[in-house]
Amino acid sequence: MSGAYEVVIGLEVHAQLLTRTKMFCGCSTVFGAAPNTQTCPVCQGMPGTLPVINRRAVEFGITTALAINCTVNADNRFARKHYYYPDMPKNYQISQYEEPLAVHGHLDIEVDGAARRIGIERLHLEEDVGKLIHEGSLETAQSSQVDFNRAGVPLMEIVSKPDIRTSEEAGAYLRGLRAIVVYLGVCDGNMEEGSMRCDANISLRLHGGELGTKVEVKNMNSFRNVQHALEYEIKRQTRALETGERIVQETRLWDPDKAQTVSMRSKEFAHDYRYFPEPDLPPLNIEPALIERLRESLPELPAARRQRFREVYVLNAHDAEVATQSRGLADYFEEAAKDSSNPKAIANWVLNEVLRVVPGDDEKAIRSCPVKPANLAGLVTLIEDGTISGKIAKDVFEKMYRSGEDARTIVLREGLTQVADAGALGAVVDGVLAEHAKVVEDYKAGKKAALGFLVGQVMKATAGKASPGVVNSLLAEKLSKL
Amino acid sequence: MLTDLTIHELAARFRRGDATPTQAAREYLDRIAALDSKVKAYLTVTGEAALARAAEADARFKSGTPRGPLDGVPLGLKDVFCTRGVRTTCGSKILEGFVPPYDATVVARLVRAGAVILGKLNMDEFAMGSSTENSAYFTTRNPWDLSRVPGGSSGGSAAAVAADLAAATLGTDTGGSIRQPAAFCGNVGLKPTYGRVSRFGLIAFASSLDQVGPFAKDVLDAALMLQAVAGHDPMDSTSAAIPVPDYAAELDGGVRGLRVGIPAEYFIEGLDAEVEAAVRAAVETLEGLGAKTESVSLPHTEYGLAAYYLIAPAECSSNLARYDGVKYGLRVPGARDLIDMYSRTRGAGFGTEVKRRVMLGTYALSAGYYDAYYGKAQKVRTLVQRDFQKAFERVDVIVAPTTPSVAFKMGERADPLSMYLNDVFTIPVNLAGLPGLSVPAGFTKSGLPIGLQVIGKAFDEATLLRTAKAYEAATRWHERKPGLAE
Repeated sequence: MSGAYEVVIGLEVHAQLLTRTKMFCGCSTVFGAAPNTQTCPVCQGMPGTLPVINRRAVEFGITTALAINCTVNADNRFARKHYYYPDMPKNYQISQYEEPLAVHGHLDIEVDGAARRIGIERLHLEEDVGKLIHEGSLETAQSSQVDFNRAGVPLMEIVSKPDIRTSEEAGAYLRGLRAIVVYLGVCDGNMEEGSMRCDANISLRLHGGELGTKVEVKNMNSFRNVQHALEYEIKRQTRALETGERIVQETRLWDPDKAQTVSMRSKEFAHDYRYFPEPDLPPLNIEPALIERLRESLPELPAARRQRFREVYVLNAHDAEVATQSRGLADYFEEAAKDSSNPKAIANWVLNEVLRVVPGDDEKAIRSCPVKPANLAGLVTLIEDGTISGKIAKDVFEKMYRSGEDARTIVLREGLTQVADAGALGAVVDGVLAEHAKVVEDYKAGKKAALGFLVGQVMKATAGKASPGVVNSLLAEKLSKL
Repeated sequence: MLTDLTIHELAARFRRGDATPTQAAREYLDRIAALDSKVKAYLTVTGEAALARAAEADARFKSGTPRGPLDGVPLGLKDVFCTRGVRTTCGSKILEGFVPPYDATVVARLVRAGAVILGKLNMDEFAMGSSTENSAYFTTRNPWDLSRVPGGSSGGSAAAVAADLAAATLGTDTGGSIRQPAAFCGNVGLKPTYGRVSRFGLIAFASSLDQVGPFAKDVLDAALMLQAVAGHDPMDSTSAAIPVPDYAAELDGGVRGLRVGIPAEYFIEGLDAEVEAAVRAAVETLEGLGAKTESVSLPHTEYGLAAYYLIAPAECSSNLARYDGVKYGLRVPGARDLIDMYSRTRGAGFGTEVKRRVMLGTYALSAGYYDAYYGKAQKVRTLVQRDFQKAFERVDVIVAPTTPSVAFKMGERADPLSMYLNDVFTIPVNLAGLPGLSVPAGFTKSGLPIGLQVIGKAFDEATLLRTAKAYEAATRWHERKPGLAE
C-alpha cells in the first residue's frame, strides 16, 4: 500500500482499571452517576488535600505488566505532569514519568497466519481527568460545566515500541491487549464507553532509512476507527512524501463522519509538561514477594488458552481464535464442553448460535445469556442421543433463549422428541407403503430415488418427530420383504 | 489574668476548679477585642464557636472527665490550615470566600483533645515571606515594637502568643516560618522532623519542605502541643509511622553529658553582634549545665539558600496551579475565554511575591532548564543532608542563631534578596528534613527578643525539647512579656 515507504506505528493505550475506588482517594468509580456525586476534596483538588495510592490499582498494573512480559521496577515513583485544563482539578495530573511501574515487555500477534512480536516500552499508572459538559457545541457554548466523577479514576497506560508496520497489525495488537486486560479482569475493555482508549504515533520512512516525522492521531473510539485512521494517515503521508511536501509534527484528530484525520495543534509548540517527582508520595517500592504472588495467580492467558483449545477440544485455528476472544466466551465454551462427548459440536453451537444472540466480546452479555452453558450441553446431548433432530434443536435453542428453560423441559412439554421406537413407527411406515403403492413399484423397478420420497412422507406423517435413521432402516427392511 | 498563663498552668487551674474553660475563652476573646487592632494577628475570630466548645469543656471538667492537657485551652491557628465551615484564606485574595468542607488532620486532633479554637491567624500569602508584609490583608505587628514586623510567614501565630492573644498556636515552617517569627517575637517555636506531623489539610507551599509545628509560651507547652498533633496519618503518605514518645515525660532530663555542636558556618559576616553575643552566652550556659560543646562543620550551608529558592518555588508553581477560578475562591468576571479567565483570576488573586515564586519555579522545571536548576538543587539538598548526618555522628544536638538579626522595621526590606537572607540559618534544616526549635535567648539593648536555634536528629524532638527546657530553666528569658496593654 505504501510502496517505497515503510510504515512505523507505535500505540499508546489507556485502560481504566476496574478498582472499586479511585487512584488516590476513596471515591467510587462506578460509571454513570449524577455529575459530581462521586467526588471528595481530594479528587476535586481542594487546597491541602493529599493523594494516597490505591494498592489494588498497583496490583492490577503489576498483573498486566507480567501478562505482557514486562519487567516490574522494584523502585518506581509518581510524577506530576502539568497543563491547564478545567477538567483537571489540580492542573497537574499525577502520573509516572522517569520511573514507571514496568518496562520492556512484548505481545505476540498473528496477522494472516504470520506471527509477529510487538515490543512494549512501558506500563505506568496515572489518574483520569473529569469531563466537560458544554452547553451546545464547543465553539458556540456560552457556558461549560465540569463533572469530576471520572477525575481520579485509575488509568494504566501501555506504550508500545514503534514496531507496528500495518493497520492490520495495529488492530491485532489492540485486540490482543484488550483480550489480556479483559481476561485479567483489570479493565472491561470497552472502547466506545472510553474505558479503553488508544492514541497512535505514525510516521513513514524509506525502507532502511531514517525515521520520518511522526504524527499523533487521537479520538479513535473503536478498533475499526483505529485501523481506518491509520490507513488514512498512511495514504495521506505517502502522498505528501511523494509530492515532496513536508510532514508536520502535529496531533491530528480522527473524524469518523468525514473518514479523515484533521490537524488539531502543532507539536512544534508542544506543551512543556514540567514533570517532576510527586513530593506528596514517597517512592513506591514493590516487594519481590508481591510480584511472585501476582505471577502465580495469573490466569491462563488468551494465547495459551487458544493453543489448549486446539489440542484438547480439537478446534481448528479459526474456531479457537473466535472462542477465546473474551474470557467470558471461552469460559462459556469450556463450561459447556467439559462433560460433552462432542466438544466440536459444542463449539459449533457456541460459534454459530450463541454468537448470533450475544456479542462475543461483551463479558456481561455472555454471563447473563439466558441459555446457560450446562443447558447448551444438554441440548447437544439430546441431538447426540437421537432424542431430537438437529433441525428441531434450532427451534429448541430459540425457545431456550427466550425462556431460559433447559432443553429437555421444552422438548418434553412440546412433544418434540424423535419417534425412534421401531414398533410405533412400523405402523406409520406400513400406512405410507400402502398409500403409495405406485412409488413402491417404481422403487422395486430400480428407481432408488423413490426412497427419499417415502422417507419424506413418513416424516410428514409424524410431524418431523420420527428419527430419520430409524425410518430409513425400517423402510429398507420392509421394502426388501415386499 | 488567665491570658498570662501557660497551657500547663491553665490546665492545672481547670483541674482544681479555680477557673473554667469558658472564663479563659472569654478573657482571651476580650483581650483580642481590646488589643488585636494594634497587633493585627487575627484574620478571623471564631468567638461564638469558641464559647460553645469552651462550654462543652466546662461540662467535662465538672463531670471529672477532662480529655487531657489541652482540654478547654484557647488556641489559634495559622490561616494555612483548612477548618471545616470556617473561611480559610492562606493570606491570599485568591482564596477569598473559600470555606473548606474538611478539617486539617492537626485541627481535628486539637479539637479531639478538647482545645478551644479562637480563630485564624495572619500570615504571608501562601506562607511565602518572612514578615507578614506579603499578606493580602494586612501586616501583623511585633508586640515588642509595633513598628517592627513579627517575622513570617507564621507572623500572626508568633505575635498572638507573644501578646497573650492565644495560649499557644500552630504554624508551619517551610524554610524557617516557625523558628524565625518565634525568635522575633520571643516565644518557643518548634519545627518537627519532616513526616512527624500530618500535612493533610495544610495548604501546600512546598510539599517536600512544609511541616506543622507549635508556638508556645514555654518549652513544656511546645511539648504538649507537639504531643497532640504528632503521629502517622493515613491521609498523608509522607507522614511517618514512627511511634511518638511522651515528650513531657522526657523533658526534665537535663543536658549533663549531652554533646552539643556549634557550626562554624553559622557565625558569619552579617550576623548581628548582639545576636552573636547572646548565642555565645547560651553556649556557655549549656556548658555550665554540664553539656559538652564542640565545633562542627556544615560546609554546604552557603549553598542551602540557593537550592531552597529553586526547590521551594518549583513545588509552589505546581501546588498553586489549582487556583484557576474554576472550582473555588476568586474568579474575576468578564473573561473572553478560558485562558483569559485564568490570567485575570491569577493576575488579580496572587500578590507580587507569590507571582515571583510561581515564575521562578515554572522556569526551574522547564524543559532544557530542569537539570541545571531543579536537578542541581536536589543534589545540593543531598549534600546539605550529608553535612548534618556527618555532624550528628559526633554530637546529639546543634545550637546556632535562629536568625542573623532581630525583628526589622516594616518596609525596611523591600528588596526580596535581603528578605530571603533572613532564613539563611533555618533553611538548611528544612532541606535536611530535621527538627529545629527556637527558644528565647535574651534581648537586645533596645529590648527586642533574640532566638537560639536548637537542631536535632530526625525524629529526636525529645532531645531538642530537653535541651531547650534545661536552657529555659536556667535563663527564664521566656518570663518577660511585651508591655502592650499599658
